[in-house]
Amino acid sequence: MSSSMKITLNVWRQASPSDAGRMVKYELDNVSEHMSFLEMLDVLNEQLIGKGELPVSFDHDCREGICGSCGFVINGVPHGPRRGTTVCQLHMREFKSGDELFLEPWRAAAFPVVKDLVVNRSAFDRIIQAGGFVSIPTGSAPDGNAIPVAKKDSDRAMSAATCIGCGACVAACPNASASLFTSAKVSHLGLLPQGQPERYDRAVKMVNQAKEEGFGGCTNIGLCEAVCPKNISLENIARMNRDFTVGAWTYREAAAEGGAA
Amino acid sequence: MELNSRTPSGPIETRWEKAKFDMKLVNPANKRKYHVIVVGTGLAGGAAAATLAELGYNVKCFCFQDSPRRAHSIAAQGGINAAKNYQNDGDSIYRLFYDTVKGGDFRARESNVYRLAEISVNIIDQAVAQGVPFAREYGGTLANRSFGGAQVSRTFYARGQTGQQLLLGAYQALERQISLGKVDMHTRTEMLDLIVIDGKARGIVSRNLITGKLDVHMADAVILGTGGYGNVFYLSTNAKGSNTTAIWRAHKRGALFANPCFTQIHPTCIPVSGDYQSKLTLMSESLRNDGRIWVPKKVGDTRPPQSIPEDERDYYLEREYPSFGNLVPRDVASRAAKRMCDAGRGVGPTGLGVYLDFAESIQRLGKSAVAERYGNLFEMYERITGENPYEVPMRIYPAIHYTMGGLWVDYQLQSTIPGLFVLGEANFSDHGANRLGASALMQGLADGYFVIPYTLGNYLASTKLDKVTSDHAEAKAAKADVTERIKKLLSIKGKRTVDSFHRELGKIIWDYCGMARNEKGLKEAIGKVRALKKEFWENVNVLGGGEELNQSLEKAGRVADFIELGELMCIDALDRKESCGGHFREEYQTPEGEAQRDDENYAYAAAWEYAGEGKAPILNKEPLTFEYVKPSQRSYK
Repeated sequence: MSSSMKITLNVWRQASPSDAGRMVKYELDNVSEHMSFLEMLDVLNEQLIGKGELPVSFDHDCREGICGSCGFVINGVPHGPRRGTTVCQLHMREFKSGDELFLEPWRAAAFPVVKDLVVNRSAFDRIIQAGGFVSIPTGSAPDGNAIPVAKKDSDRAMSAATCIGCGACVAACPNASASLFTSAKVSHLGLLPQGQPERYDRAVKMVNQAKEEGFGGCTNIGLCEAVCPKNISLENIARMNRDFTVGAWTYREAAAEGGAA
Repeated sequence: MELNSRTPSGPIETRWEKAKFDMKLVNPANKRKYHVIVVGTGLAGGAAAATLAELGYNVKCFCFQDSPRRAHSIAAQGGINAAKNYQNDGDSIYRLFYDTVKGGDFRARESNVYRLAEISVNIIDQAVAQGVPFAREYGGTLANRSFGGAQVSRTFYARGQTGQQLLLGAYQALERQISLGKVDMHTRTEMLDLIVIDGKARGIVSRNLITGKLDVHMADAVILGTGGYGNVFYLSTNAKGSNTTAIWRAHKRGALFANPCFTQIHPTCIPVSGDYQSKLTLMSESLRNDGRIWVPKKVGDTRPPQSIPEDERDYYLEREYPSFGNLVPRDVASRAAKRMCDAGRGVGPTGLGVYLDFAESIQRLGKSAVAERYGNLFEMYERITGENPYEVPMRIYPAIHYTMGGLWVDYQLQSTIPGLFVLGEANFSDHGANRLGASALMQGLADGYFVIPYTLGNYLASTKLDKVTSDHAEAKAAKADVTERIKKLLSIKGKRTVDSFHRELGKIIWDYCGMARNEKGLKEAIGKVRALKKEFWENVNVLGGGEELNQSLEKAGRVADFIELGELMCIDALDRKESCGGHFREEYQTPEGEAQRDDENYAYAAAWEYAGEGKAPILNKEPLTFEYVKPSQRSYK
């Protein structure tokens, strides 16, 4: 029912962080157009194991485009050619028989390669730790309807909150900037009344942490938005910059206020 | 073994209040002296780790993913139930309790379910305060939708990504505690064994998935929020990494495993397309709010759906269950789909599919309203199948989605090993033999935010715990066992890949212990699973070493545990000579083909005890009594 395709893969193989790494070519016949890209790699790995060769390591988990585990660069484009789509949801019908593809891990100083296509993205967690939350201990919340939230604010917050933290924005950016990721969280929380008390400090702390991690600055190139599998808008970066500016002028260390940290 | 559920007595609406008052407390200064391990960072584990750290406990938290934000709760789509009655449509805590007990086909503990319904309202408040962007009405209040098994609108949602948003709320709370130094987070680290000392859970053995290093972690209590075991079927809606290893290891160390055969088949998933398929994708139950399910009336009708006229379509759920229609519970909807396909009326290239049609809704509401409600799901469907559901009906088929069974826990969420607590999908409580839609998120968060903070304190304050270190003989022995097992897996160097074993296991369990089960098939399955286990340990091929990132080795350990659990599922299904909820024994059905319970003989939770390698597991029964919701033949007609 489905036609079978021939695909040539050049996959980045790197045994460990200290290994130099290299491209290795594999030929696959019998690729079905209904396969997802990762299912094609599963097939490749089964074949490699059969030949006694080590399978290609790649991160993946939910395979429905929501956990943010997967992602690598296909022919220079993070997550490959289909817009708004993670590589686990990319299907082979987007390609044609005879295509030659080059697969590489995210390339950024702040995302060191672990093995093959797997990178270390723990820098993202540390950006969230710096301030990507509302400080509300369990049990201290008012009734859910106590504070009305305008639908348009809620919808915009939700659009920003759909970021899956995959890192494609960083991989696409010539500056390896984490601005789209960081701004998505700054916007999500900053657009809601619940996020107001910490709004400006949050922006300052998160932006500073991103810099500390070795991510570059934003120079309005826009590749991040173009490759984002969740279509997170560049507008969030403008919002983050506004909040950062206000925050930078008004920021004080908590201890300087004389209150409890 | 004597099973004491420690269920409080008295009127059901006062039980949790009374239990909380009766619990011993740990004063704030003393909480700092306790160390707690939390394994798993989904809604249950993540919420527990964050909340316990807020209270002052020292928490060590583990997840196998590269970030706690990626736990599989993230993939839950439809929503979370809460008895807020914001819609003024007759909802109440009692009604949510009633619906859940009935939906679970009278195989859950009433007291637990009532507590769950009671706590549901606090969860929404907490999530809103964290900044979870739930859907809102124009006036700024929270919106609700309907879900299966209920006649009120009590489901809160964030587009089709409710699990993601709730998990990010818990994750953010957790990251805050990490930054405050109260949680020591270990990502890409897997629990491979439980350490039991003097009969109490005192630690775990973990493997760092990047370096392969095995470590012993000691604590005063261990909490597992490690999710369900649906991946025993290989093809499921679970994430590829979801596994049973943590609870299975704990089971082999003495924790009883309850109702393993209670597995939920979700009616609306995208059908299988080929044998390379690695997972199945769910299409949210919320789609049944506006989508209509049908098959052709004629057997073997291969016309495209648009060419089948209205009067030649069978909207079978609406026909058979007029009061709930397309919103019957999941087990009922799944079995109905199977009946249609078995009768030769299935659709699509394999004949294993039914239509979920939005044409009428699009006509009634307009395309943009439908897109606003379900746009991301429609897109996902289109990406996977290459078909546009705005123009042609979706094709769906049931797939394994959730497991109601899990480690047995008492009312305090403690397993049969003192100091080992089990939360969320990993335990067996609350959902009986069938879980209602939008109740998994509710249970995970109830357990993590609002139950364990009380019951853990009660345990710690009322238990004398000797000081133990990682030099303890039991800790060393557990680590040695893990080391040995990894060495064994790497040394077999057989002919078959781990995945090939996993696929074979999945097929056996799906064929014999899936949507329909019978005595002969289950007996056959047990033999097949045992043979598979034998072959696995002789013929699996795991390349690479143990001291590096080795994804084949990770999978091998998990599949070995799934094989053993698969056998227990079949044993449990064989023992339960009745049909209830997701457990459908073909021998026990009503004339209409519905599940026929046997309350006289099977109104119990089956809690299985591990008896040692090669020995038959021992069945312990916790009798279930129903004081409030009287068991009846479930009817959604």
